[in-house]
Amino acid sequence: MDVQKIRKDFPILNREVNGKPLVYFDNAATSQTPVKVIDTISDYYKNYNANIHRGVHALSQEATDLYEAARRKIQKHFNASQPHEIIFTSGTTHSINIVSSGYGQLLAQGDELIVSALEHHSNIVPWQMLCEKTGAVLKVIPIDQDGVLIMDEYKKLLSDKTKLVFVNHVSNALGTVNPIVEIITKAHAFGAEVLIDGAQASPHIQADFQALDVDYYVTSAHKLCGPTGIGILYGKESALRRLPPYQGGGEMIAEVTFEKTTYADLPHKFEAGTPNIAGGIAFGAALDYINAIGMQQIAAYEEELLQYATEKLSKFPGLKIYGTATKKTAVISFNVQGIHPYDIGSILDKLGIAVRTGHHCAQPIMDFYKIPGTVRVSFSFYNTFEEIDTMLEALKKAISMLQ
Amino acid sequence: METIEAAQDEIVEEFSMFEDWMQRYEYMIELGKSLPLIDPQFKIDDFIIKGCQSKVWVHADLVDDKLIFTADSDAIITKGIIAILIRVFSNQHPDAILEANTEFIDKIGLKEHLSPTRANGLVSMIKQLKMYAIAFKTQLN
Repeated sequence: MDVQKIRKDFPILNREVNGKPLVYFDNAATSQTPVKVIDTISDYYKNYNANIHRGVHALSQEATDLYEAARRKIQKHFNASQPHEIIFTSGTTHSINIVSSGYGQLLAQGDELIVSALEHHSNIVPWQMLCEKTGAVLKVIPIDQDGVLIMDEYKKLLSDKTKLVFVNHVSNALGTVNPIVEIITKAHAFGAEVLIDGAQASPHIQADFQALDVDYYVTSAHKLCGPTGIGILYGKESALRRLPPYQGGGEMIAEVTFEKTTYADLPHKFEAGTPNIAGGIAFGAALDYINAIGMQQIAAYEEELLQYATEKLSKFPGLKIYGTATKKTAVISFNVQGIHPYDIGSILDKLGIAVRTGHHCAQPIMDFYKIPGTVRVSFSFYNTFEEIDTMLEALKKAISMLQ
Repeated sequence: METIEAAQDEIVEEFSMFEDWMQRYEYMIELGKSLPLIDPQFKIDDFIIKGCQSKVWVHADLVDDKLIFTADSDAIITKGIIAILIRVFSNQHPDAILEANTEFIDKIGLKEHLSPTRANGLVSMIKQLKMYAIAFKTQLN
């Protein structure tokens, strides 16, 4: 993998911030976009822009073909068995809401849902709302000090009452890779379905939907070099057929009379309205780009970056890393004793280094560690060891100013 | 008594001596250390300013016809920012606080903090100080 060559594909990496070359270490929030993906969006609007699926004219047909080809690319990438098991959404949050809102009609009083303590707010709030509405009960898998799910506790939570388990594949705040194979197998033994939030995992781990035997898996394109505002809900065909539709509108209906509307077949049942067509096509282009480099090569290189930065950061006096699981993606969440993460983030920004500070939309984790938030650095395959060195120097400067 | 404008000019002049952002930030951190600290009994959620990534507590007292502000923050850059605001707005009549503009923030090179989306919530802080001024103004009338 030639990182210097790869960096040329990302125009934004050449820009300066506050007079310094940009060091972009906020990849867990969103990844940067390669020229090929940017060109795909531009090319779509220049040459193919039309509404899809209904037009009789050539443009509409061509746009539909491109959009459906992207769906098949996504299907192939994640090894789903059918293209119509891939539902285009506006992103992970939208995908989760489709499932939770459908579940609103499937749950009864006393049913139980299980969520992990590592979840992003987007994976907690919809279920809380659902429980309020249905009288179902929300149970939480606790974590240990390393930020790892306590699987013995999970097993205790499972019962015949469990209807759905939802866990992220990788924690956005800590980078912990969760044992989803075991989570899925155990849940299925009780007849419960499993929804995996793969937003943080998708850029680093190649999920195989059929091998995982997962019921639902959701992710967003913008985490893996695609544009914002597009993502997927994968569901097994049987699960998606059972799930009631989310939004009424055009595209999702088969026949409408005032007496009764019959719903369109998959995937259109869940794709009401004109979708983000350019976004869907660009999502496909992003997967092409990433696969040309190779998911394994990417994961191996990011692991090296993670090891290097973890080792160097651990040597800082008073620096504590949160999330010390053995299996992690390239995310390091940390604090320096006596310094607020916001202060560190502000100084790093002044030095051209983009990191995330705060609770990372995962307040329960921050409460667990009794901290207001962390500084989070997250790497991608276009980052370099030199950039990590620049960040370490900047961090030294920040600490000397702030202590 | 110094007017708000005079206090702002004074701060602008102090900041004009610095050549780069690091010196400005270091000075801001220094100013944070001289912040009139809020009484610990008011360091509770009721006095937290919403919209900040770090916690900022502000309390106001009416002494004669002037508002006296005290504050604290758990982040020191934020503490510096609120200290600058309090130096300008404390010990002033509510009317003067409500009429004051905040262009001086731009002049001291902290314009980036004025964005409403900025996590430190400088905008929220100014709003809160002005809210206190409105509240206490009604007491004076």
